[in-house]
Amino acid sequence: MKALLGKKVGMTQLFGEDGTVTSVTVIQAGPCVVTQKKTVANEGYAATQIAYGDVKPKRLTRPELGHLKKAGADPKKHLVEVRAEHDLAVGDEITVEAFEAGDEVKVTGVSKGKGFQGVMKRHGFRGGPGGHGSRFHRAPGSIGASADPARVFPGTKLPGQMGNARVTQSGLTVVDIDRERNLLLVKGSVPGSKGSLVFVRG
Amino acid sequence: MNVIDVLEQKQLKSDVPRFKAGDTVKVHFKVIEGTRERIQMFQGICIKRQGEGVRETFTVRKQSFGVGVERTFPVHSPKIDKLDVLAIGDVRRAKLYYLRDKIGKKARVKEKRV
Repeated sequence: MKALLGKKVGMTQLFGEDGTVTSVTVIQAGPCVVTQKKTVANEGYAATQIAYGDVKPKRLTRPELGHLKKAGADPKKHLVEVRAEHDLAVGDEITVEAFEAGDEVKVTGVSKGKGFQGVMKRHGFRGGPGGHGSRFHRAPGSIGASADPARVFPGTKLPGQMGNARVTQSGLTVVDIDRERNLLLVKGSVPGSKGSLVFVRG
Repeated sequence: MNVIDVLEQKQLKSDVPRFKAGDTVKVHFKVIEGTRERIQMFQGICIKRQGEGVRETFTVRKQSFGVGVERTFPVHSPKIDKLDVLAIGDVRRAKLYYLRDKIGKKARVKEKRV
């Protein structure tokens, strides 16, 4: 099964043999423990639940501890489910060796929060001229017609919260793995700040 | 030592000479033409060094047929065959962008007496 939880470490670059530079994101991924197998018979769908991130037992609730104890896993902070049937048993460990260089992966994370932003930053609107008495600088302009339809259409691009949302970046390639340090090197950038939780899957 | 530093350490070149902005350098750069590989020279004044670790780059400026040409190289690029420091410049700045606006004799950098 090609799925792991991990932490974004940061970005760097790698030189190829011919001198080309590849920008990579370093992800400290896994090891993750399989904590539950969901089956069509039991839960109505097939899935594998994996856990990541050691924590002190007192940071978890008793039901959480009980759930992990049943799987024989140490206290873990994050649980995630991967739909589909996998050839794994409860208690199995998944490491970066599940991946290999050249694999195409998706990386999910929580993007950096930008706060409440206007339309220029949030949607790339052009805004108005800065001077010459234009009095129209960073405002969105018209957001629709008047008495008919007498409302703003849903989905209209307006100011609001930007970032701090779950984002999936797909089509990334694994450039290299480091078994000793549990590292995944993924070409390109992934959502989130350094140290944030990311979910990598094939 | 953090993980990124460890990864970068492996790629660092050990034979990079000491040089800074203002120095005259000669870059022996490998160029691949079809299947053949040859070495191209680029000689000029280093006008800046930027970044750190494996991501560090430097920019060399020269006058070619009266036109200013700047080229930026990664310091640790495997394509750099050799780097010669021909002269040490006497400058007071880390970034010599002012050279871009100078022409002729004024675009020179004083050499440091050792």
